[in-house]
Amino acid sequence: MGLSATQKIVARHCGRDSVAVGETVTVKVDLAMSNDMTSPLAVKQFRSAGATKVFDPDKICIVAGRHMPFRDEAFGKAVGLVGEWCRDQGIKSFFANMEGMDHALVPDLGLIRPGMLVCNADSHTCTYGALGAWGLPMGSTDMAYIYAFGETWVRVPETIRVRYNGKPAKYVTSKDYVLATERALTVDGARYKTIEFSGPALDALSVDERFTISNMGIEMGAKTSFMAPDQKVKDYLAARTTVPYEAVYSDEDAEFERTVDIDVSALEPVVAKPHSPDNVVPVSELKGIRVTQVCIGTCTNGRIIDLQQALEVLRGRKVAAGVRLIVTPATNIIMREAERLGLIDEFRALGATINPPGCGPCAGWHQGVLAEGDVCVATHNRNFPGRMGSPKAQVYLSSPYVAAATAVAGEIASPKAVLS
Amino acid sequence: MIMKGHAHVVGDHIDTDQIIPARYLGSLDPKVLAEGCFYNLIPQFSTKVTPGDILVGGENLGCGSSREHAPIAIKSAGIACVVARSFSRIFYRSAINIGLPAVVCPAAVDFAEQGTEMTVDFDRGVVESGGKSAAFAPFGPSILAIIAAGGLVPFMSQRLVREGASA
Ligand code: SF4
Repeated sequence: MGLSATQKIVARHCGRDSVAVGETVTVKVDLAMSNDMTSPLAVKQFRSAGATKVFDPDKICIVAGRHMPFRDEAFGKAVGLVGEWCRDQGIKSFFANMEGMDHALVPDLGLIRPGMLVCNADSHTCTYGALGAWGLPMGSTDMAYIYAFGETWVRVPETIRVRYNGKPAKYVTSKDYVLATERALTVDGARYKTIEFSGPALDALSVDERFTISNMGIEMGAKTSFMAPDQKVKDYLAARTTVPYEAVYSDEDAEFERTVDIDVSALEPVVAKPHSPDNVVPVSELKGIRVTQVCIGTCTNGRIIDLQQALEVLRGRKVAAGVRLIVTPATNIIMREAERLGLIDEFRALGATINPPGCGPCAGWHQGVLAEGDVCVATHNRNFPGRMGSPKAQVYLSSPYVAAATAVAGEIASPKAVLS
Repeated sequence: MIMKGHAHVVGDHIDTDQIIPARYLGSLDPKVLAEGCFYNLIPQFSTKVTPGDILVGGENLGCGSSREHAPIAIKSAGIACVVARSFSRIFYRSAINIGLPAVVCPAAVDFAEQGTEMTVDFDRGVVESGGKSAAFAPFGPSILAIIAAGGLVPFMSQRLVREGASA
């Protein structure tokens, strides 16, 4: 029996030739991360355990760029203390200049490479799987331990293989692929497991489009996502780093717990209804649902292609009366590129608000929090009750195309309906 | 180790946003987190808990955002241990790491009733309540060591002392 990519990455990081699924082993971590929300607790735990020195300051990266600038004093103080700690520890990769959110930033800086084992105190660390890395979401206390010792325990997970076949119709995007997968696997269908995404329709996507899929592995309960790194990934890395890497692939005869085949030719744009990402229906089934807010952004869909797709629908049209259109480029690199391409100007001309780079209102923290009665279509990854503010607000998740069509129509709409 | 307390029963797929809404995350103060615990789901939850009580959850408890504030909020509210049909991976890990043992025991969730006394015996791997009992799979050695130390931070201190690297 061959090995899955997951088994190979774990084996490599615990100094063995192979590991069995279900085993608990201690692995060495290549890159340890936390952000403005989760670092304060990690540092506090590090200190209260009596630790004084991190295992390797060059293998730690802290991105304080999600919910910036500070919303209140307490948060500012907490992040300030993290900055001091980074200075004391000699951690050079401390980003606190409004660079934006870690999940979009670190891949773009070439810090994530195939075969790496990355731990980050955030659930969407699975995003790095699009580059053939093993991104493991952790809690802050886990990170404190990793910051001290550079290692952690993991249970070697089973792998579920998802295969995307066929060719998508116009306006069907990688967000629709992953929402359709949510519907098939449900919010806990992949609990503790790796989801290995594959298939010709995945290969046809750009790396940025793939991040949308790997990002949402956690919404199916997965420990992480993985995609075999192909030439597009190699080109993506060549443009960003000269550090060598060793890619890892599942063997032909690797054991998959199950394989889920999704024919993307049969898909139409879909939407996840409140209050769960697996509550997925075709957009055409939703009629007459008026909205008050449309959000474009996040680690799922806050990249250039997402802004471009939204504008494909919005261009030459108007945002419906009573709809707040909020655009949040995920990083400052993306913001600058969007400005260079004229996208930001176009959004502004439409009356959209452009948030600073980061997470925007995704977690109900600032910059677009929802009130009771609000109905929002967002390109985000989560719509649990109260996620974006009031538990009595309704959040629908969609692709940028559907979000943009909805902004124009003032009610949930398919791009086709708006453009015809 | 045996824990005994009253059961507080919640449903399936209770995510961390419901356990502790994001607006409470600016603080690490256990009092504030206790106050925010289940804020939208069970108003004033912490005032209904006697220290040592047991939270009983359904499927996939603690799904969603990885915020460790969620198990801390539950612990701060006075809960000593959580029994559920299943946990989200990160919540499970974090709960154990902060010294809130998380027990997977679907049969116990079937017979648990709001407010009745429940006993969790970690040595025997048994949950008892209302005259019924159910077994759960024992913890593996790496998890037992963390629980025995009272959480990952004390476990970490012990290792630092052993390696002569403590402050
Ligand atoms: S965009 Fe949303 S889901 Fe992504 S990292 Fe930020 S808060 Fe989390």
